[in-house]
Amino acid sequence: MAGSSANDAFVAFERVQKSYDGETLVVKDLNLTMPKGEFLTMLGPSGSGKTTCLMMLAGFETATHGEILLDGKPINNIPPHKRGIGMVFQNYALFPHMTVAENLSFPLEVRKFGKSEREEKVKRALEMVQMGAFGGRRPAQLSGGQQQRIALARALVFEPELVLMDEPLGALDKQLRETLQFEITRLAHNLGITTVYVTHDQTEALTMSDRVAVFDDGRIQQLAPPDVLYEQPQNSFVAQFIGENNTMEGVVQEIKGDTCIVRLDGGEVIDAKPVNVSKVGERTRVSIRPERVEFNKSRLQPGAHTLKAEVLEFIYMGDIFRTRLRVAGNEEFVVKTRNAPDQVRLKPGQQIEIGWLPEDCRALDA
Amino acid sequence: MSDATLDGPVLSADGKPLKQSLNLALRRQKIRALILIAPLLVFVLVTFVAPIGSMLMRSVQNTAGTDYIPDLMPNVVVAIEAWDPASGEAPPEDVYRAMAIDMATAFESKSHTQLGRRFNYEAPGISSLFRKSGRPASSWDIETDGPFKEKFLDIDSGWGNIEYWAAIKANSGYYTSSYFLAAFDAQRGVDGISMKEPDQRIYQKLMLRTLGLSLLITFCTLALGYPVAWLLADLPLRTSNLLLILVLLPFWTSLLVRTSAWKILLQEQGVINNFWIALGFTERLSLINNQLGVIIAMTHILLPFMILPLYSVMKTIPPSYLRAAKSLGASNWTAFWRVYFPQTTAGIGAGALLVFILAVGYFITPELVGGADGTFISNRIYFQFAVSGNWGLAAALGTLMLVVVLILYYVYDKLVGVDNVKLG
Repeated sequence: MAGSSANDAFVAFERVQKSYDGETLVVKDLNLTMPKGEFLTMLGPSGSGKTTCLMMLAGFETATHGEILLDGKPINNIPPHKRGIGMVFQNYALFPHMTVAENLSFPLEVRKFGKSEREEKVKRALEMVQMGAFGGRRPAQLSGGQQQRIALARALVFEPELVLMDEPLGALDKQLRETLQFEITRLAHNLGITTVYVTHDQTEALTMSDRVAVFDDGRIQQLAPPDVLYEQPQNSFVAQFIGENNTMEGVVQEIKGDTCIVRLDGGEVIDAKPVNVSKVGERTRVSIRPERVEFNKSRLQPGAHTLKAEVLEFIYMGDIFRTRLRVAGNEEFVVKTRNAPDQVRLKPGQQIEIGWLPEDCRALDA
Repeated sequence: MSDATLDGPVLSADGKPLKQSLNLALRRQKIRALILIAPLLVFVLVTFVAPIGSMLMRSVQNTAGTDYIPDLMPNVVVAIEAWDPASGEAPPEDVYRAMAIDMATAFESKSHTQLGRRFNYEAPGISSLFRKSGRPASSWDIETDGPFKEKFLDIDSGWGNIEYWAAIKANSGYYTSSYFLAAFDAQRGVDGISMKEPDQRIYQKLMLRTLGLSLLITFCTLALGYPVAWLLADLPLRTSNLLLILVLLPFWTSLLVRTSAWKILLQEQGVINNFWIALGFTERLSLINNQLGVIIAMTHILLPFMILPLYSVMKTIPPSYLRAAKSLGASNWTAFWRVYFPQTTAGIGAGALLVFILAVGYFITPELVGGADGTFISNRIYFQFAVSGNWGLAAALGTLMLVVVLILYYVYDKLVGVDNVKLG
């Protein structure tokens, strides 16, 4: 990947560990490099260590072990206010006793900018987030979305090269979240800022980022662009965490290059792509996306293994149909099909056969 | 069905006007609420509002004992009307005659000494005239024994003193301003109202001292309490609860005990002084029976009243504000001063108001550790009330104190805004 070598990395975590109590590690041996201008999202469930990583980068937590580099220089001993990193908080953290313009002016004042220059920059930053008319308001007079725009403008007004965002859209409703997701990515790319974004919302991570680091248990489980992450999860945690996913457990029966055959616990045999399995007899959890399941036999490869399935429920969702099946004893097996003119609408009780392309079904760690 | 199509008032389902139904529904709630608070309301009125009101009234009521002066001396009050103290002459015979009548009546009801005491507040020395004259006057025959001027002067030549008579004339109404004049360190002489000599203006001095020391104590509690409150607000709940109990601990001990404890610690042969000597110093410090003692003890006693409102306000300030300020480039001090401190002003306001008002009215602590130059106005009020029995002056001083505090509260409201004050 371009720029991912440690030499031209803008942000680098090198063997970083963090412990709060001296007994357990919240962050375990973290290695991560980011090129300049990248939008990287740290995604993970709560307690996975992603926010701790962000706080270490911002300087509010110190690494127990390891080195954090910014533009090639170690920053472990630099206090937060000298790091020059912009930050957006989940609760916005707009200062309630100052007006919007005063909030934006604050980072410029502490940097000793002149009055006219400050006003100029504040005006430009407010226009950038389409809040030009709100300079005289107090934060409490703004809606959540407006407050977040101001928080964003405040983090950008002093033109930092790195901006950190800690679940900035967590408190907003869905529609506003989507608008702001788009706006944040647009701003970040237009201004060429390097961004580290923390969220537990996988849709947000997929739609916004250049690369996503999936955190669990203090480690990065997978670091990849969104499409790779979704289509080629490296392990069952990533597969489960990103998107909807059908899983079945079994034993590897045969490996032939890029494909393998898995015997499920119920005795059925399926095709899969070996990802985290290396030898015959190993236990595995196979994972298949609901939209990659096929029940039109003509679209399957000749000789492909199929499974018997019974339709339990059919849900009309507008753009897609969501069908719940009983497959190999699993009653939560979901198939998603596009609402196209020639699409079949399955009925509950119907008996069908399903299959898939071997590369869509990934045999992962058990 | 739509109400909007109807002309006239909106009706409820049973045809009554909606407003009437609403009022009826609300009235029941209001009555129920009133019944619930009635016991407290009555209690407050009977034990708080009424006594204070009657006490404040005493500052202007012109009474001796329980009776008004004009009721005790009806003849003198009328007769003395025509006399002008500025003339430089003692009152005419008819005033003495009236005094003889009223003195005899007062002697019957044993109230002539109370009259004497009342006028003694205005003209020191007059009480002995009343005391001496009661019995003789009761034996005089009003019709035949005149002229009474000589008779009074025979009993005591003081009855010829114009100043005494001026004091009687000035306080012959049902209401009097003399208590308030005294409270303002003013006096009424033969030639009108004037301030007392500067070295006799004790109430002015006491009032300024009370306000000044209270202000100083408020600043001390703020300086000591602010960091503590911040620490409490910043710590994890378990630890902060424990520390909060330590802050509240003094509340569970009697005020008297705490003040006495300070006496033991601070006195000449006390713990701190002994330690001081043990360190090798030869002079003992005088830490008590002066203003320093009052400041130390009252700062300690009032500290929780500062810490608690500060704590409750600081508790509501998320730590992300300080982090945001630092991430924006503010040093620790700038972040504190520009971002944290302004958000705590509501707590500072509440704490300062609470401590100041409590301090201004403090009594026990200045009484016990204040010595001669550390007493407050409240100690003087107590003295007038309980020792010299001058309830009128005590009431006037109390009223004055109340007015001063109300004025300060008003100024404070204009400067800080009481709406901004948060107690929690």
